Amino acid sequence: MLNLGIDVLFKGTNFLRLLGGLWIAVRISLISVMISIIAGLVMGMLMTSPNVVLKIFFRTYLEIVRIMPQMVLLFIVYFGTTRVFGWDLSAEYAAVIVFSFWGAAEMGDLVRGALISIPGIQYESAQALGMTRPQMYLYVILPQTVRRLIPLSINLITRMIKTTSLVMMIGIVEVLKVAQQIIEANRRTSPNAAFGVFAVVFLLYFLICWPVSRLAGYLEKRWS
Amino acid sequence: MDWEVMMSYFPLYREALLLTVRIGWQGVFLALIIGVLCAVAIHLKLPVLRQVTGVYIELFRNTPLLVQLFFLYFALPKIGIRISAQACGCLGLGLLGGAYMAETFRSGLENIAPIQAESAQSLGLNRVQAFRYVILPQAVSSSVPGLLANVIFLLKETSVFSTISLMDLMFTAKDLIGMYAKTMECLTLLVIFYLIMLLPVSILGSFVERRLRHAEFGN
Repeated sequence: MLNLGIDVLFKGTNFLRLLGGLWIAVRISLISVMISIIAGLVMGMLMTSPNVVLKIFFRTYLEIVRIMPQMVLLFIVYFGTTRVFGWDLSAEYAAVIVFSFWGAAEMGDLVRGALISIPGIQYESAQALGMTRPQMYLYVILPQTVRRLIPLSINLITRMIKTTSLVMMIGIVEVLKVAQQIIEANRRTSPNAAFGVFAVVFLLYFLICWPVSRLAGYLEKRWS
Repeated sequence: MDWEVMMSYFPLYREALLLTVRIGWQGVFLALIIGVLCAVAIHLKLPVLRQVTGVYIELFRNTPLLVQLFFLYFALPKIGIRISAQACGCLGLGLLGGAYMAETFRSGLENIAPIQAESAQSLGLNRVQAFRYVILPQAVSSSVPGLLANVIFLLKETSVFSTISLMDLMFTAKDLIGMYAKTMECLTLLVIFYLIMLLPVSILGSFVERRLRHAEFGN
């Protein structure tokens, strides 16, 4: 029987290190998702405004986010801006900035879609009752969009977790990097470790994202 | 900004773009084939195949392409399956995309009113004919906007190919920054080349979406 190197994971604290790496990726994505949801709610409301300047601004922003790979954005923020402005930016902050920038656009677009789907009479009735714009959004419109938005935001979490695997490229030691380190460290004793370790990483990602996306699917079906 | 430096890097980026586009489109093509096959297997409720495709879709939709590529490129050789970097990129993109395309096609198939299948049957078409001539064409055209969104997503994902040492745009940029430290020039070229690759697809996407909204079947 071929030794596939799963045993390497149980030497010392290897498995804990792997989980620690995963936690770093998950933490970055959770922080970014929180920022994205808050920024996205505000932006979604602004996107529905008829102001032409705002419209052009958000259109360009969305298009940039949709076209540029996240890896390019990471490189621009981590290597580009630090070079141009001469500031000191830790890789983790750079990652949070990029993923929030990306997530806020995605979320904003979802919020916009949800707001548009609310029938116009809701807005008119709120205005007829003498509510100001913030009151109207806070008490009438947003509560109605929440049901549509919750499954979509949960989906955003899984997408965010999947995308954070890219942070390895700007030098953050997350789960893939730890996996590589473990494989390299055990190259002599267990030359086939790459199979076992990468298979475990594959499964770990699946075990995190799958329940979350199932939950989103379930809520979407139940609340539709 | 040093324009001369940028001009001298230009040919390298052009080569990288060609490679990225080639592997990208091969991957997208593979994804389309896998996607259609999986969607058909699920829609027609083929025994066994349906469960297998279900597992495949969940597995590949819930893991990052980077991890999938690492598995294909670094892990599989250990059990004797050796694939070249290019084939790996193509296969990885195809498998990831296939899972997404399958979902898009499936929702396209589900959205077709049951009356279409019933009408086809009452006209004397058998199940295969009904599927081939009535259901599939409608499903494909109603899922075109979703498909184009997937294509953009997949072409964007090609940026992780650099990790399995394919000389794509990202790899070239990283390499040049590492060697000559002309960060701004390299990153600007990188952005320009990604725009060249993706802007046309994005514009096509919004154009098609607008056209299809006027040409929906059945109403």
